[in-house]
Amino acid sequence: MKKAFPILAILTAAFLSYAWYEALVVAPREQTMGDVQRIFYYHVPSAWTAFLLFAINFLASIQYLVRRNPKSDQIANWIVIAVGVLTSIGAYVIRPLPQDVYPSSIVTTALAIVGLYFLIRKLFSEQATDILALTTAEVGVVFCTVVLVTGPLWARPVWGIWWTWDVRLTSTLVLWLIYVSYLVLRRFSTSGQTPVLAAALAVFGALDVPLVYFSIWIFRTQHPQPVIGGGGSIDPRMLHVLLINWLAFLCFAFLVCWSRYHVERLQREVEETQALEALLEPGGNVR
Amino acid sequence: MTFLFAAYTLTWVIHILYLITVVRRYSRLKRELSELNRNKT
Amino acid sequence: MSAPSGITLATLTKDIRLEWRSKDAINSMLFFALLVVVVFSFSFDPIAEESRHIAGGLVWVGFLFAAIVALNQTWSRELRNQVLDAYRVSPAPANALFLAKAVGNFIFVAILEALMTPLFIMFYKLRALGPAWQLLPVAILGTWAIVVNGTFFAAMSLRTRSREIMLPLLLFPVTLPALISMVEATNVILVGDPTTSAKFWIVLLATYDVVFTTGCLALFETVLHAE
Repeated sequence: MKKAFPILAILTAAFLSYAWYEALVVAPREQTMGDVQRIFYYHVPSAWTAFLLFAINFLASIQYLVRRNPKSDQIANWIVIAVGVLTSIGAYVIRPLPQDVYPSSIVTTALAIVGLYFLIRKLFSEQATDILALTTAEVGVVFCTVVLVTGPLWARPVWGIWWTWDVRLTSTLVLWLIYVSYLVLRRFSTSGQTPVLAAALAVFGALDVPLVYFSIWIFRTQHPQPVIGGGGSIDPRMLHVLLINWLAFLCFAFLVCWSRYHVERLQREVEETQALEALLEPGGNVR
Repeated sequence: MTFLFAAYTLTWVIHILYLITVVRRYSRLKRELSELNRNKT
Repeated sequence: MSAPSGITLATLTKDIRLEWRSKDAINSMLFFALLVVVVFSFSFDPIAEESRHIAGGLVWVGFLFAAIVALNQTWSRELRNQVLDAYRVSPAPANALFLAKAVGNFIFVAILEALMTPLFIMFYKLRALGPAWQLLPVAILGTWAIVVNGTFFAAMSLRTRSREIMLPLLLFPVTLPALISMVEATNVILVGDPTTSAKFWIVLLATYDVVFTTGCLALFETVLHAE
């Protein structure tokens, strides 16, 4: 397993370089915005990656909470399946949908989330889900930081403002704040049950994000704001470069998560060994 | 455009800073692990 | 279900009685809120017409900070006297305790708001140009939103270093939708523009309250046993 890492790292670096070249040279120059628009090829993939990582964190947190008890585990499985089915049905029944949202994308997302839930359940033991939650939260915050930094750098030359309180920006900021507080709780908590507390916070945060999105969406429909980001059709050549960059960043995120996961597992092993040693010390031996 | 250059550069600066923290944590762990092994023998 | 509500009521009356005798929380909250009012009124002219548009935000920020003062000491008394340990081993549902604490905090913050509102009206010459009665559901729903999450996160940050920092740090991001709704609703009501209505925001606040009260009640047992 570990032998593959250097090879994968080199391949990912090559892929990222290729994607970078595509973004800077191959992608066509945007008509109205000019070359600054190329920030898009880093900004959007980072956002999608961050959201994916936070979604994994949410699923891992739920799993950590429910798998402590076999009954709640069973119930949770059924609830997840039910949510998937209901969302898929609801996507075709509920009207009107928000702008730019199609039923097929809702169904795909719902099924992907259900699939991810069971995949995580299969691949990770109970304790491992906690490490997974921590890893994805950290790397997610890194990618989210990139989003919040590149966003204003793009907005400033194009729209003349660094920031605005529209739906996407504010909900991304709130997401970042929630996960930073999650990481702070993890670091500062002296309770023996920190993973449980952190998992509860992650669930709360996940409840919050759709509400934030919804509340500011209403705000926007009452007070029209400058429409920022996508919407409408995109030049297929740009889409191609965007997807290449996203794939490259996904590989990169995977490698970073893998490393961080490995380091965290190692840390816990060392701590366990140290604790064991302290117990077995033949009295009076101060390290 | 300087904004484009700044955006790309800052992205990688942020990623590299994080990777440095991971590597530092790893080397510290490696050191502690070798200490533990040494004390065992 | 008389047993859990009996516990809730008993804990609640105990807390109110204790607070009435010492008046710790109320006094510190009042003083803090007063400071906030005075400092804010220095930063810009509170009587000018434009201030009506931001008064909503100011008032709620003031109440929020004051509520933090109360929330921080919610569990400290319990912690000192090992009440939490007793609760953990008793068959009583954890929710009863949580509800009692949350309702107690709600009462304290509501008293604070009732006392501070005349002051705010005086300092900022506030007069609701829109339907003033709508301010009541906004205040009730909004205060409950802050208090229910605040009580929950106060319990969560019991065993953390820098406990007083953890609570606001955890609380603010999660309560942001409620804060936005409260501030927007208050502004709409104060400005009284007939084309706008605070109803959206009140409905959103109610939704937020339902979702997060359910979440807190569901997860509190877990948090209590995790300390």
